[in-house]
Amino acid sequence: MDEFSSELYEALVSLDRLRAETLFQQAIGHKPPMQVIEELIVPALEQLGEKWNAGQIALSQIYMSSRICEDMVERVLPSMASGRKGHRHLAIVVLSDYHLLGKRIVLSVMRASGFDIFDYGRMDVDELVERVLADEVKILLISVLMLPAALKVKELRSALDAKGSRVRIAVGGAPFLFDPDLWREVGADAMGRTAADAVAIVHRWMEEMA
Amino acid sequence: MTSMQRVLTTLAHQEPDRVPLFLLTTLHGARELGLSIRDYFSRSEHVVEGQMRLLSKYRSDCLYAFYYAALEVEAFGGETLFIDDGPPNTGMPILRRSEDIDRLEPPRVAETSCLCRVLETIRRLKERVGDTVPIIGAAISPFSLPIMQMGFDRYLELIYEQPQRFDRLMAINQTFCVDWANAQLAAGATAVGYFDPMASSTIIPRDLYLKTGHRVAMETLARINGPTATHLASGRGLGIVDDIAATKTAAIGVSALEDLAEWKTATRGRLTLLGNLNGVTMRHWTATLAESEVRGAIAKAGRGGGFILADNHGEIPWQVPEDVLLAIRDVVDRWGCYPLDWVE
Ligand code: B12
Repeated sequence: MDEFSSELYEALVSLDRLRAETLFQQAIGHKPPMQVIEELIVPALEQLGEKWNAGQIALSQIYMSSRICEDMVERVLPSMASGRKGHRHLAIVVLSDYHLLGKRIVLSVMRASGFDIFDYGRMDVDELVERVLADEVKILLISVLMLPAALKVKELRSALDAKGSRVRIAVGGAPFLFDPDLWREVGADAMGRTAADAVAIVHRWMEEMA
Repeated sequence: MTSMQRVLTTLAHQEPDRVPLFLLTTLHGARELGLSIRDYFSRSEHVVEGQMRLLSKYRSDCLYAFYYAALEVEAFGGETLFIDDGPPNTGMPILRRSEDIDRLEPPRVAETSCLCRVLETIRRLKERVGDTVPIIGAAISPFSLPIMQMGFDRYLELIYEQPQRFDRLMAINQTFCVDWANAQLAAGATAVGYFDPMASSTIIPRDLYLKTGHRVAMETLARINGPTATHLASGRGLGIVDDIAATKTAAIGVSALEDLAEWKTATRGRLTLLGNLNGVTMRHWTATLAESEVRGAIAKAGRGGGFILADNHGEIPWQVPEDVLLAIRDVVDRWGCYPLDWVE
């Protein structure tokens, strides 16, 4: 991580919005937005994710700082702007569960990293299958908090397979952190431990699919 | 020794005859009775019967009067959404806007039917077992309840952005939590689980905890007329061990994501450890795995007492089969007898 993004990281961990804004504005002054996102924001968000995963910072810091980044980026690169990545092929959902915070954080981090992404809110399996097919989603991010909801991914996978969908599924949320093999068991294609992992997974898949 | 003697001995940081086992099953009672989860929790008789059957089947060292977390939001007027294969969850937040806090009132325990059902359960269990088996009640901490009352994202924003409203919400929830915990103790509960995962370092940084949830816990626990066990519901807590000990709670639930040996070193003689079997992976444990997990936990924290073997969350998932629970029981019988000579 370079000096600027570690400065941004520091500003974000201490929730110093003013300092974060200043750093971002300075960078935007002499580089195109997407480059600033990739060089400044994404590494700082990755760092936040790593520290949380290691138990060194807390979720409240992740949430508040992902919102700060999302706000800053939305202002220079509004949703659906032409420079955004992933438009039309990427969706996120809370499956079966009623816990929306995990998805909210991943969404903020994805948007702050320059992606456009469909927000499906909360859905059950049948409704989700229909939407994925109708929207021709290529990459689906699923967040859950409860174990029964995590196990529903399996049902979703077979329903999608039966309809011939080739969508790639990345999952995340507490049950997957407690059981590191659960994502394979339910037939997901990847699992992310942090919201920043979602960015890395989607980048990788988009390259593979290109 | 009776279960009660075993548990009291370990809480006094002495070695009982054998490591106490809290097999915290709730939903499994419905399976015992062949009822849906919703039906099961609709009558105290069901839960009493379920708990008694689980007790004779697994010989756990406690009875568990916990229904489900959403119950407390139900008491505030919220909705509970049941499913067939897991614990129910709370529905739409009761506090849709932060201004709603200004008009919020604590529910009266004695006049709230869902709470009375739990109290009735405790009374009947007490009639059945007297002082031989501890009955464990549960209360969500005033600091953690708002996650369900208002939604997690808006609660985090409240903490950071509206300290006055936050204080008001804490005052209301404290009144409720103290009344609720004391009513359970009066009904016959031996101790109350104080569920406070919001305090966990997984969720908020320590400096913020000290200004918020820690203050709340100090005040609240001081007003509860009996022993409490603080539970972080599998959130991490090693960074706040001393702060938790300062609240004078008797025991602490340890996450499977942390090392029980480190906890033992940090708390010896001050806090009884409760944990830390991973309930989520327990679903597919074999007898061999059950043996290594249980022995591992006992080896790390059993010596000297101050240890109760349990899962790391305070509730064993519905998906965990009977065989696994029996295997855990069996390993404790074979390897849990003091003086634990086999431990290096
Ligand atoms: C705080 C907490 C509580 C609080 C508040 C819960 C809430 N949110 O409503 C209280 C005390 C009220 C509570 C109650 C319950 N809880 Co609870 N709780 C927790 C705890 C400690 C944190 C949960 C949380 O909200 N985290 C915040 C979210 C955002 O974190 P996260 O899901 O990990 O998401 C992060 C990453 O995983 C990732 N991520 C998330 N989604 C995605 C998606 C993708 C694609 C990617 C890449 C990444 C990603 O990014 C996020 C940010 O870094 C966890 C244990 C733990 N250590 O995590 C248990 C836990 C979630 N609870 C659990 C359970 C069962 C319950 C209850 C049902 C218990 C009961 N019988 O009543 C109730 C349900 C309450 C309700 N809402 O009705 C279980 C769920 C698993 C299971 N056994 O089924 C857990 C996992 C505990 C355990 N180890 O078993 N709980």
